[in-house]
Amino acid sequence: MALSIENLSVRLPRHADRDYAVRDLSLNVGDNEIVCVVGESGSGKSIMASSILRLLPEGVTPEAGRILFEGEDLLRFPPHAMRSIRGARIGMIFQDPMTALNPLHRVGDQIAETFRIHTTLPQADIRARVLDLLGQMHLPDPARAARAYPHELSGGQRQRAMIAMALALEPKLLIADEPTTALDVTTQAQILSLIRELQQRNRMGVLFITHDFGVVAEIATRIAVMRHGVLVEEGSAAKVLEAPEHPYTRELIAAVPSLKPPSKEPLQPLGQAVLSIVDVSKTYRQKGRDVAALKNVTLALRRGSTLGIVGESGSGKSTLARCIVRLLTTDSGAIEVDGANITTMTTVEWRKNVRRVQMVFQDPYASLNPRRKVGDLVAQGPLIHGAKAADVYPRVRDLFALVGLDPAAVDRYPHEFSGGQRQRIGLARALAMDPDILVADEPVSALDVSVQAQVLTLIADIQRKLGLSVVFITHDLRVAAQICDRVAIMQGGRVVEEGMAADVLVAPQHPYSQALVAAVPGRRWHAETDV
Amino acid sequence: MRILRLALRRLAVSLPCMLIILLGLFLLLQLAPGDAIDALMGQMGSSDTALAETLRQQYGLGGGVATRLAVYLFNLLRLDLGFSVAYNQPVLTVILQRLPVTLLLMVSALSFAFAAGMVVGVLAARRVNRWPDTLISMLVLIFYATPSFWIGLMGILIFAVKLNWLPSGGISDLSAGFTGLRLVLDTAVHLILPTMTLALIYFAIYVRITRASMLEVMTLDFIRTARAKGLKEGAVLVRHALRNALLPMVTILGLQAGAMLGGAVVVESVFTLPGLGRLAHEAVIQRDLNMLLGIVFMSSLLVIAINFIVDLVYARIDPRIEANG
Repeated sequence: MALSIENLSVRLPRHADRDYAVRDLSLNVGDNEIVCVVGESGSGKSIMASSILRLLPEGVTPEAGRILFEGEDLLRFPPHAMRSIRGARIGMIFQDPMTALNPLHRVGDQIAETFRIHTTLPQADIRARVLDLLGQMHLPDPARAARAYPHELSGGQRQRAMIAMALALEPKLLIADEPTTALDVTTQAQILSLIRELQQRNRMGVLFITHDFGVVAEIATRIAVMRHGVLVEEGSAAKVLEAPEHPYTRELIAAVPSLKPPSKEPLQPLGQAVLSIVDVSKTYRQKGRDVAALKNVTLALRRGSTLGIVGESGSGKSTLARCIVRLLTTDSGAIEVDGANITTMTTVEWRKNVRRVQMVFQDPYASLNPRRKVGDLVAQGPLIHGAKAADVYPRVRDLFALVGLDPAAVDRYPHEFSGGQRQRIGLARALAMDPDILVADEPVSALDVSVQAQVLTLIADIQRKLGLSVVFITHDLRVAAQICDRVAIMQGGRVVEEGMAADVLVAPQHPYSQALVAAVPGRRWHAETDV
Repeated sequence: MRILRLALRRLAVSLPCMLIILLGLFLLLQLAPGDAIDALMGQMGSSDTALAETLRQQYGLGGGVATRLAVYLFNLLRLDLGFSVAYNQPVLTVILQRLPVTLLLMVSALSFAFAAGMVVGVLAARRVNRWPDTLISMLVLIFYATPSFWIGLMGILIFAVKLNWLPSGGISDLSAGFTGLRLVLDTAVHLILPTMTLALIYFAIYVRITRASMLEVMTLDFIRTARAKGLKEGAVLVRHALRNALLPMVTILGLQAGAMLGGAVVVESVFTLPGLGRLAHEAVIQRDLNMLLGIVFMSSLLVIAINFIVDLVYARIDPRIEANG
């Protein structure tokens, strides 16, 4: 047994929203298995992971229980003994490879530091070991990666460097806290297979923290489900995935959208194109080089339908969204809303049309001004366009009811709402302008899976009620499958494939679309449960 | 290579910047009534206009504004800053006599403020919201709020007059005629009070900035990574946190160089130091336009040079700075 957590309780500081982050939790990780701990935000899974290496934030303290590592209780170790465990016998990797590496040190030096702390190897040996490790991580040019600073590597390369650092001294146990959440889906698939490969070769135990049941289905030997700091269910991967016992586990699994689009009744005789994007190109100048963000993109959105634009980071999907609402200017081509080309409008003309295209943003925390009441935020658009306050505010209350919020909440401030509620406010803000077209830029990717399902249902409901046409930007093929009628797959600024969601996502034609669909975690698992 | 390219770019921006400063000041001083000859005639108690006109020709002060400006700028290219009426010497000679004192004062004050501010700031950040932090924050606020001339005067009163530990003014003991190491030591003793007086406000600023940026950096993910490697807390602090926390401090360093030159005027007056600041003060009173322009030229050169060095240091610390960014 590599790790055995017995009756662990971790106390939160006073004034937190609850007393315990983790309550009376027991969990084992064997010498040669991957245990996935699944939970939504606030489930205490990350606190539990951090308490093993005693890297808890200040004020958060383990209060009861034992954490046995090779038979010894880590909670009783003095600080220097704890340091000799960290990085040497237990390695840990974190969620965001962008911020988990020190930006001012070379990647190779940061990996070498692990050797310098725990061994007395001479400099030349350390350098050789670092290059060897980076090679094992399947980095194309280990020498270059070692010389590079973190900002010179891609997200996937950085996460490989992080894994190299954590595994440098061949620890018995690897703790991975959401290691692929910040990565693109194809990169995620590669990192997952790398972790599995290294786990099998080193025969180590892996404690894998994640919120994503798809990832769990890819990698887990055993699964533990947490909610509100309590372990609700534990068992072998097959058992929990195929026959979950606890209602909460069933709920979580049910909320994972299927990759197979639901068989909707075919759309009523398809309407006219309400939005036409014709041969649009856009180039950024960056560091003296030209970066083509959009290359000859041509797409059409039919009235009352939803067009999904799917791609990984750097595919140009967000640039396209911003061009449609004219937050960015295009270099060439036309964007026509009901036949009127918005790219050639003067500012005055555009202002008259601006209400017709409205946007919902990705980050529900950053997209609402924290100093204004949410009712005012929603009312702001119509008021700027000359509506009378006496007319607008009753409408704001109606909109709040429409998006499933208490109309009395208009007087509160954004921080008083949860992420899902804030995204509803963002939706109400866009709807206040009475738009024809809604551009939603990754509106659910910052949300927990159960909240995500609610917001998706809401968007679909409102679309039907108001007859909206929606452009839905996402990186998540499962989400796209649930909500989109048609899907366009983008790569490197080009649309590589476009068609009915059921065709593109089930039987993709273009090699890149095929790779994208193949990389969706837990693809085989959900295919089985659906059929 | 990256740093060299950055250096050239910054240099190219500095030159027009300097030209604008000189133009602005030259024209501004033309607006003030009277010139050096008026001041000189006043001192001599004479009102002979013919004599005044001869003197003007002699010192190159005749002709229109445009002509004088053109002549001045042309001479500048040959590093000729003109002739000082009041000192009866070339401006450059006088300035070069005074410059070392000011440089010495600025460099020692800036280094003390930076180094001490960094150490105390890190200390405060490590003990955040406990009594050492509260005590440091209180002291820092007092230093920040007290005018420097008052600190200087109190310093003289306590350490020079009452305790008789330190000299009350001057840059060195002229009557003793020290040479070599003794002279260096003597100068250092003379500089203690002025340096402290000038540095305290900047020390206070650095403590606050270090504390704030350390607290911010310590919450970042890579600090947790460093701890997860098994690094000792001290090494986490120095190798990972401090270097990142230095970035905003270095930025402030460049911005403050100019302000510090202004502060030097006051401190040099209080401690009767023969520096650039006092020279500027005298040049204004004597309407010595050439001298004043020369000082402005020199000090803008100094500030630009310091900022240039700061930019390079910043680029050296932070690999993310691009030469053409």
